[in-house]
Amino acid sequence: MPSLKDLKNRIGSVKSTRKITKAMQMVAAAKLRRAQEAAEAARPYAERMNAVMAGLAASVGGSDSAPRLLAGTGADKTHMLVVMTAERGLCGGFNSSIVRLARAKAAELIAAGKTVKIITVGKKGREQLKRDYADHFVAHVDLSEVKKIGYDNAQSIARDLIHRFDHGEFDVATIFFNRFQSVISQIPTAQQVIPAKFEQAEGTGSAALYDYEPSEEEILADLLPRGVATQVFTALLENGASEQGARMSAMDNATRNAGDMIDKLTIQFNRSRQAAITNELIEIISGAEAL
Amino acid sequence: MADTMQFDLVSPERRLASVQAREVRIPGADGDLTAMPDHAALITTLRPGILTVVSAEGTSDYAVTGGFAEISATGASVLAERAMPKGEVTAADMDALITDAIAEAGEAPAEGKDAANKLVADLQALKSALGF
Repeated sequence: MPSLKDLKNRIGSVKSTRKITKAMQMVAAAKLRRAQEAAEAARPYAERMNAVMAGLAASVGGSDSAPRLLAGTGADKTHMLVVMTAERGLCGGFNSSIVRLARAKAAELIAAGKTVKIITVGKKGREQLKRDYADHFVAHVDLSEVKKIGYDNAQSIARDLIHRFDHGEFDVATIFFNRFQSVISQIPTAQQVIPAKFEQAEGTGSAALYDYEPSEEEILADLLPRGVATQVFTALLENGASEQGARMSAMDNATRNAGDMIDKLTIQFNRSRQAAITNELIEIISGAEAL
Repeated sequence: MADTMQFDLVSPERRLASVQAREVRIPGADGDLTAMPDHAALITTLRPGILTVVSAEGTSDYAVTGGFAEISATGASVLAERAMPKGEVTAADMDALITDAIAEAGEAPAEGKDAANKLVADLQALKSALGF
């Protein structure tokens, strides 16, 4: 049985924990709104880009002159996994869910006899993957100093990827991130970026009617690196929004749990206080009766 | 013939303009071109330069680098890697871009050398066109 003093201290500490989690939740909510706006603003560009490239890829894709970023190296030996996670923890299952997906993919590839290389973006994923896959790490991108994710960040990641691809370091690159669905649901996603893959939803029919200046091949060669950067950028933004969403709901839960705990501890505190008073009274009364 | 067409200018980070334009002057990779309503469908890549939009509200200029333009009879959309209203560009921005481009030209493989050097020249031309 804890003493009254202990209980009081505990209640105090849980109360300050609740204050912290509440504050974190509110900060996450504000950041989430901004992250969502950024993701929203980037959408028109990404959609157009995708539509145009899908059209181009459909018309050029089959030919021998198709750029390597589209056609691939022809091999399927070395896979590059780009695992994007957050720089900070305390956001529920956000980081673990990405890492779990990446780990499953890596295990599957290794079992199939392929070589796996890993680039980590964000500290948390690196820490979690270090135990099993430290030998596979080839690079790490640190975004902890970056306040607001810009296109430049995505571009430098994409440039590094393309550079490695051109030097034959890998055949297939896949990015791992959380797609933002809602505050309570983020979907861990694996997306292949090199060789480029497009959803052939639209643009295939209409794009054939365009004139191209310079030639289709040249435009495609110019656009593909941009396409990789755009995909990385979209993934980073989705991830940013997901992180804040996950943190918000995790902190909301924590705040609620702290509230429950405070209630429970307060009842326990009151009961023990009353028990102590009753005890004292009994002692006094029985003392008086003995006289 | 319609007088205006839908014009969109988007960069990866935001949508800069979405207006009914009478004409759009685009710095294409193979030379400047002006798109007006009922233009033939065309996709062209961009070089760094100044993009001018003439709409009912007046004329606005944007500095753009790389990207592409998609023109059809009913509209034009420009997807620029970097785009800023002309008034917001500073000399420091341009210098940073030029320094990057020069560094890249230095590293470029032989077959990409010409393109990289052209990019530097285009950026310098853009800088002087902006009056810095």
